[in-house]
Amino acid sequence: MKISYPSEDTLLINVSGTWKLGNSLPSVSDVSEQINEKSLIRKIAFDTRELSGWDSGLLIFLKKIIDRSSQYNVHVLDEGLPSGVQRLLSLAAAVPGREDSLKGEERISLLERIGEATIDFKHSLKGTLLFTGEAFVAFLKLLRGKARFQRSEFFLILQESGAQALPIVSLISLLVGLILAFIGAIQLRLFGAQIYVADLVGIGIVREMGAIMTGIIMAGRTGAAFAARLGTMQVNEEIDALKTLGISPMEFLVLPRMLALILMLPLLTLYADLMGVIGGLLVGIGVLDLNFMEYYNQTVAAVSLNDLWIGIFMGAVFGFLVAFTGCLRGIQCGRSASEVGKAATSAVVSGIVSIVIATAIITIICNILGI
Amino acid sequence: MAYDDFVIQRDLTFSINRGDIFIIMGGSGCGKTTLLRHLVGLLEPAKGTISYDGVSFWGVSHDEREQLKRGIGMLYQSGALWSSMTIGENVALPLKEYTELDEGDIKELVSLKLSLVGLAGVEDYYPSEISGGMKKRAGLARAMALDPEILFFDEPSAGLDPVSSSLLDDLILELRDSLGSTIVVVTHELASIFAIGTNSVFLDTETKTMLAVGNPKTLIADSGDPRIKKFLTRGKEGDSSQPKK
Repeated sequence: MKISYPSEDTLLINVSGTWKLGNSLPSVSDVSEQINEKSLIRKIAFDTRELSGWDSGLLIFLKKIIDRSSQYNVHVLDEGLPSGVQRLLSLAAAVPGREDSLKGEERISLLERIGEATIDFKHSLKGTLLFTGEAFVAFLKLLRGKARFQRSEFFLILQESGAQALPIVSLISLLVGLILAFIGAIQLRLFGAQIYVADLVGIGIVREMGAIMTGIIMAGRTGAAFAARLGTMQVNEEIDALKTLGISPMEFLVLPRMLALILMLPLLTLYADLMGVIGGLLVGIGVLDLNFMEYYNQTVAAVSLNDLWIGIFMGAVFGFLVAFTGCLRGIQCGRSASEVGKAATSAVVSGIVSIVIATAIITIICNILGI
Repeated sequence: MAYDDFVIQRDLTFSINRGDIFIIMGGSGCGKTTLLRHLVGLLEPAKGTISYDGVSFWGVSHDEREQLKRGIGMLYQSGALWSSMTIGENVALPLKEYTELDEGDIKELVSLKLSLVGLAGVEDYYPSEISGGMKKRAGLARAMALDPEILFFDEPSAGLDPVSSSLLDDLILELRDSLGSTIVVVTHELASIFAIGTNSVFLDTETKTMLAVGNPKTLIADSGDPRIKKFLTRGKEGDSSQPKK
């Protein structure tokens, strides 16, 4: 770029070479300095005879010059520009930008934020209550044998959320049993009481950890899948299509998912209990030199049937919670791909949080009742 | 019509007569689809009523509303087929839910409906295995499954090539004539508007209300409103806001 002054009030910019994005292009500030210094300048003209190639890089440069020069009341003569550039510039200037539609970063005061969060909370609470009510009505309909859903779909969900979860549940609960046993082993060895590792692992896994780990796995695995599935159906208007046919999405989509998890999670818990105890057994035999019968007898003596029932009951509660949060987030999902992602994330988070809260409540109640 | 506090359109009053092919038209973002979602009962109007044969949709009990919904078929913009079911199962579902027909009869009805929309033999395909145009026609077969009195179409020609889209227009005319259905179409496809429309409402984004009601063919001649003329002539007439070159 070269700048020259053919007359006192005109600034001529000689543009040459290739002006493309990515090449190092001259900066506009050189031009605006010139305009600043020479107050006599009223016109800017261009000479592009030596210009060999251009793209949006040249357009941005020219647009900036036009914007700057209009601040100084300088007239830009576009005759010297290639005709394509002239047309594009006039096209860009044809519709003035909307002042009000640019969403600048607005600073929101703390009070305003608290207010908005409260209103959001009120909305989401209302949505949750509505969903709970509808789910309850659907459940009542099921009891009266009037609920409409497809059996084949129900069995498919049973399979997906039951049998297909076995590998991951095996792995995690085996390792959790192993870890529990190791923690106990180090402490109990000090007192020569290695055999009580069986008690620790047995009660810990069967009463709490088996159900909790299964619940968390299912929240991450199936809860997220439910939310993503229902969310995508929401985006594709598939849920609307059900509604216009007068088929309740609660009965058709939510109910089979809830039933499947309420049935499957206790069974998976039972299985996780077994795997966890086996994990403890491996440590008992491998590290603590206990023999199999010793460990087995100690476990049978330590774990009561009550512990097992509590674990299974927790499994059923978690099944409800995971399915509930998954379906809730899916049904509440907005109408875009990013909303589906949000729904899946929020299903997992609220699933896990509700599992932990429910565990605390159940444990406290059991403690008060003395079971 | 409003989402929370945000008003989309106000003061809409129009009636759709039996046997009409009623067009809801207007520029992008003016609320055509929102109006349709109100008409089929997916959204409740913020104020005012929607009535079918004098029966107010939101004024009756839940069960009566479900009964009203059965007289409605809706074709969604992307077909909205249930992706976990085959095309055949999609069309069969409303029949299974609302009729006492046995499996064999349903199967025959499904293949009849599919052949009406030119899709004979695709029963066992999943929605992801067929093209966009086929999805739309399959969606139409599903909407027609219960022989509804009113069929709603959300942008039927969007995303279709000109030939498929004119075939769909012919199909819409044929359905009206043979089944006697009333048809409501949301579209901004001018060719369709003039080819099939017998009545219409024009929604405007800026004033947030309707500008005119009537047959689109006469609207273009009679309407003095430049915004309607501009829309119906692809911007060639009635536009005085921009300088002519």
